[in-house]
Amino acid sequence: MSFRDTFLNGAVMARYAPDILHGLLVTIGLAALVVVTGLAAGLGLALIRSLGIRPVNWLIIFVVDVFRALPPLVIIILIYFGLPSAGWVPSPFVSTWASLALVLMAFAEEIFWAGLTAIPAGQWEAARSTGLGFGQTLAHVVMPQALRLTIPPLTNRTIAITKGTALGSVVALSDILGAASSAMSNSFNPSPLTLGAAAYLVLFLPVVAFGRWVETRFAWKR
Amino acid sequence: MEAVIETFFNLEILRAAWPVLLHGLGMTLLLSAMTIPLGVGAGLAIALLSTIRHRWVRWPLIAYVDFFRAFPPLVLLIFLYAGLPFAGIEMGGFGCVAVGFFLNTGAYYGEVLRAGIESVPAGQIEAARCTGLSRMQALTWVVLPQAIRNVLPDLLSNTLEVVKLTSLASIVAIPELLFQSRQAQSLTYNPTPIVAASVIYFVVLWPFVRLLSRLEHRAIAGRR
Repeated sequence: MSFRDTFLNGAVMARYAPDILHGLLVTIGLAALVVVTGLAAGLGLALIRSLGIRPVNWLIIFVVDVFRALPPLVIIILIYFGLPSAGWVPSPFVSTWASLALVLMAFAEEIFWAGLTAIPAGQWEAARSTGLGFGQTLAHVVMPQALRLTIPPLTNRTIAITKGTALGSVVALSDILGAASSAMSNSFNPSPLTLGAAAYLVLFLPVVAFGRWVETRFAWKR
Repeated sequence: MEAVIETFFNLEILRAAWPVLLHGLGMTLLLSAMTIPLGVGAGLAIALLSTIRHRWVRWPLIAYVDFFRAFPPLVLLIFLYAGLPFAGIEMGGFGCVAVGFFLNTGAYYGEVLRAGIESVPAGQIEAARCTGLSRMQALTWVVLPQAIRNVLPDLLSNTLEVVKLTSLASIVAIPELLFQSRQAQSLTYNPTPIVAASVIYFVVLWPFVRLLSRLEHRAIAGRR
């Protein structure tokens, strides 16, 4: 068999294209959910941390450290294979989503927190002395400046973690990789994997290009 | 509560699985020790080559880096491990991990080091050349040390990600920490080995996470 028949077999690709398209939708849905919930949870934790309640902050720091230190695949497997022993059987989708969202939450919290603390105390004091409350100062004075600082590192981290959706295939999620792998073993031909690889590039190359643009747009002023 | 401990923190099972887990940790460290120098080497080559301002050098490098930043490492690994044998190329689990991680981490290290080199003002290299250093000498002795210092947090953070990345090797049946814990779990029908493996990952990597957290905090604060 020629290289073309092996890796770019049109007939095999056509047969499994619908499966991979479905996988693409699963990947997109999962990625969107991870990004929204992960970033929201990270921002939430950073805001709670800014209240300065000692024991709560220690807890936040510990949780963040745990999810920064553990490989995402380990967390997925821990949730998917561990939780059933406690009587709850999470689906592949929920396991992957929860794991990646927790990881993104941890990284986002760190970045948001660094952004918040980078704003000089004088900004807080000036805003408070004009009569703004704590929440108002945070929302209208500190956050707009802090978020700007955090955008480049946050974008890159978010892209890297979102690519982790492919790890879901390890716990039988029918995402792009999952669909492509099972199509490959059903057809004894790697063409579906080529198609899946192309799907990942179509999905993530624009995102990586966007990340590059964001980096120059918010470039460090020296 | 007792049932929870019995299930997730079962000491008897932990004792039985411990030697296997330690062996797995050894393999994880070995994989890291293999992947990090490969990735740094590839990244250094990419970063140094991108200082050549020629479009036939620059664009292929950007394409390479962006390709592997967009391509999930697991997809790459599966392609090497399960796809290439159809073309008669069989590298074995270890070979696939070496090649796959080399390509993937090389792109990331390349991007970090390139940013570092670009952060060093052009006057530095001009001054170095004026003293009679060659281009290569100027890059090696003047630019690189400053570049590495400037992006040290990113370099360390990338290295931490590489160590975590080695957990993917379990997919191609390399007996590293995650693989061993999964084996032990399926033999004992008990999740304790996986919990133990997670704790081991955490204990080993926590010092790096703490250090990084400090460095990154300073880097973001310094951007204002």
